Amino acid sequence: MIGFKVNGKEMSVDVPDDMPVLWVLRDVLGMTGTKFGCGIGQCGACTVHVDGEPRRACLTPASDVAGHDVTTIEGIGATPVGKAVQAAWLNLEVIQCGYCQSGQIMSASALIKSNPEPSDSDIDAGMTGNICRCGTYLRIRDAVKEAAKAVAAK
Amino acid sequence: MLARKTNPDLSRRNFLVAGVAAGGGMMIGWIPTAEAAVEKAPLVMPDAYIRIDRQGKVTITSPMIEMGQGTYTSLPMLVAEELDVDMASVSVAISPPSDKLYGNPLLGNVQVTGGSTSIRGFYLPLRKTGAAARAMLIAAAAETWGVDPTSLRTEPGFVVDDSAKRRLSYGELADRAAKVPVPSEVKLKDASQFRIIGTPAKRLDVSGKVDGSARYGIDTKMPNMKIATVSASPVFGGKLVSFDEAAAKKIPGVVQVVKLDNALAVVGDHYWAAKKGLEAASPVFDDGPHGSVSTADVVAALAKAAEKPGVVAKNEGNFETAISSVIEKVEATYEAPFLAHAAMEPMNCTVAVTGDGCDIWVGTQIPVWAQQAVAKTLNLKADQVRLHNHLLGGGFGRRLESDGIVQAALIAKQLDFPVKVVWSREEDIQHDMYRPYYYDRFSAGLDAQGMPVAWSHRIVGSSIIARWAPPLFKNGIDPDAVDGAADMPYAIENFHVEYVREEPPGIPTAFWRGVGPTHNVYVIESFVDELAAKAKKDPVEYRRALLQKNPRALHVLNRAAELSNWGQPLGPRQGRGVSVQQAFGTYMSQVAEVTVSQTGEVHVDRVYVVLDTGVVVNPDTVVAQVQSGVIFGISAVLWGEITLSKGRVQQSNFDDYRVMRIDEAPKIEVEIVKSAADPGGIGEPGTSGLAPAVLNAVYAATGVRLRKTPIDSKRLKEAS
Repeated sequence: MIGFKVNGKEMSVDVPDDMPVLWVLRDVLGMTGTKFGCGIGQCGACTVHVDGEPRRACLTPASDVAGHDVTTIEGIGATPVGKAVQAAWLNLEVIQCGYCQSGQIMSASALIKSNPEPSDSDIDAGMTGNICRCGTYLRIRDAVKEAAKAVAAK
Repeated sequence: MLARKTNPDLSRRNFLVAGVAAGGGMMIGWIPTAEAAVEKAPLVMPDAYIRIDRQGKVTITSPMIEMGQGTYTSLPMLVAEELDVDMASVSVAISPPSDKLYGNPLLGNVQVTGGSTSIRGFYLPLRKTGAAARAMLIAAAAETWGVDPTSLRTEPGFVVDDSAKRRLSYGELADRAAKVPVPSEVKLKDASQFRIIGTPAKRLDVSGKVDGSARYGIDTKMPNMKIATVSASPVFGGKLVSFDEAAAKKIPGVVQVVKLDNALAVVGDHYWAAKKGLEAASPVFDDGPHGSVSTADVVAALAKAAEKPGVVAKNEGNFETAISSVIEKVEATYEAPFLAHAAMEPMNCTVAVTGDGCDIWVGTQIPVWAQQAVAKTLNLKADQVRLHNHLLGGGFGRRLESDGIVQAALIAKQLDFPVKVVWSREEDIQHDMYRPYYYDRFSAGLDAQGMPVAWSHRIVGSSIIARWAPPLFKNGIDPDAVDGAADMPYAIENFHVEYVREEPPGIPTAFWRGVGPTHNVYVIESFVDELAAKAKKDPVEYRRALLQKNPRALHVLNRAAELSNWGQPLGPRQGRGVSVQQAFGTYMSQVAEVTVSQTGEVHVDRVYVVLDTGVVVNPDTVVAQVQSGVIFGISAVLWGEITLSKGRVQQSNFDDYRVMRIDEAPKIEVEIVKSAADPGGIGEPGTSGLAPAVLNAVYAATGVRLRKTPIDSKRLKEAS
């Protein structure tokens, strides 16, 4: 059994040690907000936070998160930064198909948390691991800035 | 994927039907088929377009599916405008499969979301349905109050009687309105009265997309459901020969191994078990007849086919006579590669085969055809296949196909429990159905002023239409393959376009964003640029001269030139390129600015887009779709290419099928021309106009004319 917290709640799962957290979340815990995109850490759709740091859930073995805190898209809205990012995403109509946006929002939240005033190039560097096939990048740039401003104003 | 006419009207063959909604309130729908004429409106309506409940909540069952293009907002806006309700009181429901209720008037009344047809197809039907519902609510109020309906007016959500200073909400009126006769004629608002159409509306599909609660097909959860993943023969047409079932079953969590003719599926408690099980099973395939196919073979066959005349798609004047007497003759050959769709949501489908039929949970652009395909596969009647459509995690044409759905049904048939089949990204890329490889031959003749007086364009490639909608493949012409070519924006006196169908051996081809025009606008706009260069004329000036009889195209070109500061100097190895297109009922001009590095890498710095798409419903969505289309197009022109070796697709994931990332995204400026013309489509033109603008910019920056995509940076390095 592997024990860890998901969005503040203690969880215990009986899964192979090497099973990626992505599948633990989706197929064992039934939390489908975290998305499968590539399985090789190329697209960022599966981004979650482990102890506040962004991680690719598709490459993170379950054993790695034993005893740690995992935050997913279902829980990020409970943090001030996550809430601001969600609000900016809606306000600027970033979203199209939306499939990659769980990962985008998780990466953006981690970026703003570590860098409260990201420049364009900070945003590019912080978000380059997240692919969006709908091409919402221009609005993501604006929304990250808007969210960062909202957080700073609090 | 062709839709020529615009704005289907309520003709004698189309009917508004209304009735009581289950649970109270009213239902009203527009039934597009002739067969509907013989049916009486049932007392309790199925989920046709609009339901108004007793609280005044309006639910619009969207005939078209949401895949990011914003149709779940723009189609309800059409209803809300004429019904006279605020968008805040509107919600959207996913439609079940039904051509009769939800057929797309622009696509033969089939329930297909694609080809940038949703607004064009439903602009009048949905407005008329909304207007009819409003008229019925007014009639119900007039009955209630015993007054003349013409003395009443509406405010959002209310019928108002000014003379008696009273009002009734739509919710209060809905039960009575359901029993009022459906009006045979409705008057639509004049565009000057619009308060919703043309004003940015907040998207109705996005709140669940920021907190993980939105459900895509891949998020399906059913009691006792297991997860499968699949490996099909790496060579198209190959067969499964052997596999190690015992090894698969040793993997903890593996439940069952399922054999298909051309694929192996491993079913597990979760995807990880299925994936590990599939690796352990190490399936062996017989390559079949296509085990030696390479891209070079495909291109050689296309080149050979291009030597022979094709079927004439359009002929004006006399090309042969004209070309024999021109001052200068220009010839060129262009190539466009196979492309994968690589939608972010990998292909997936959940199926439960039960005693009385089966249930399908999937996101699809073709719910009815998918239902029919599964019915045929499982030997069921169509109504025994209950297809539950979902939000799409990207479509781009990939989900206009039912291959993955049929495969999942074949797997589920062998199981006693529901199964969710999820393809790996590698399977998704290597078993996509690809944008065809096209090979185009041009020949043009210039007069003394350098202007083209003779034009011949031979298009060679796979016919998607012949497979996808065989009745539309007539006399050897694929109307999609010549879309944007036979009807290009420029007037040339002696004009000849022909098509040669040449199928690649075994390689499945399908629609890809921008469909026919993505290929044709690329080659035509590149070749027109070549003609301008040959004539030593400015590319914008040259096009202007050819557009004198095409005012809408000329206008977008002029505005794009102004917006982009066309003609102003740029830095070394920088250049501007232009494209013009008329496709999907939309006129668009793009100007791309690029920088070519010393090593030949192309960076797209800026893209200016001016478009005239007629009446605009949701302007913010139009801008978003253009931004989206441009970025989709850049991925393709810079890097997009599926190649084959020994019959196998060589790309497999985002590491070798490169797509644009945020740090590479250009600035994009979009200008919408105010227009009262019929609405056009906007999902695709951003993509179809992009490649030639970039290639022409590369030419301006380097003097190298690239006639093949993706861009070969080695050729640009040599030029430095």
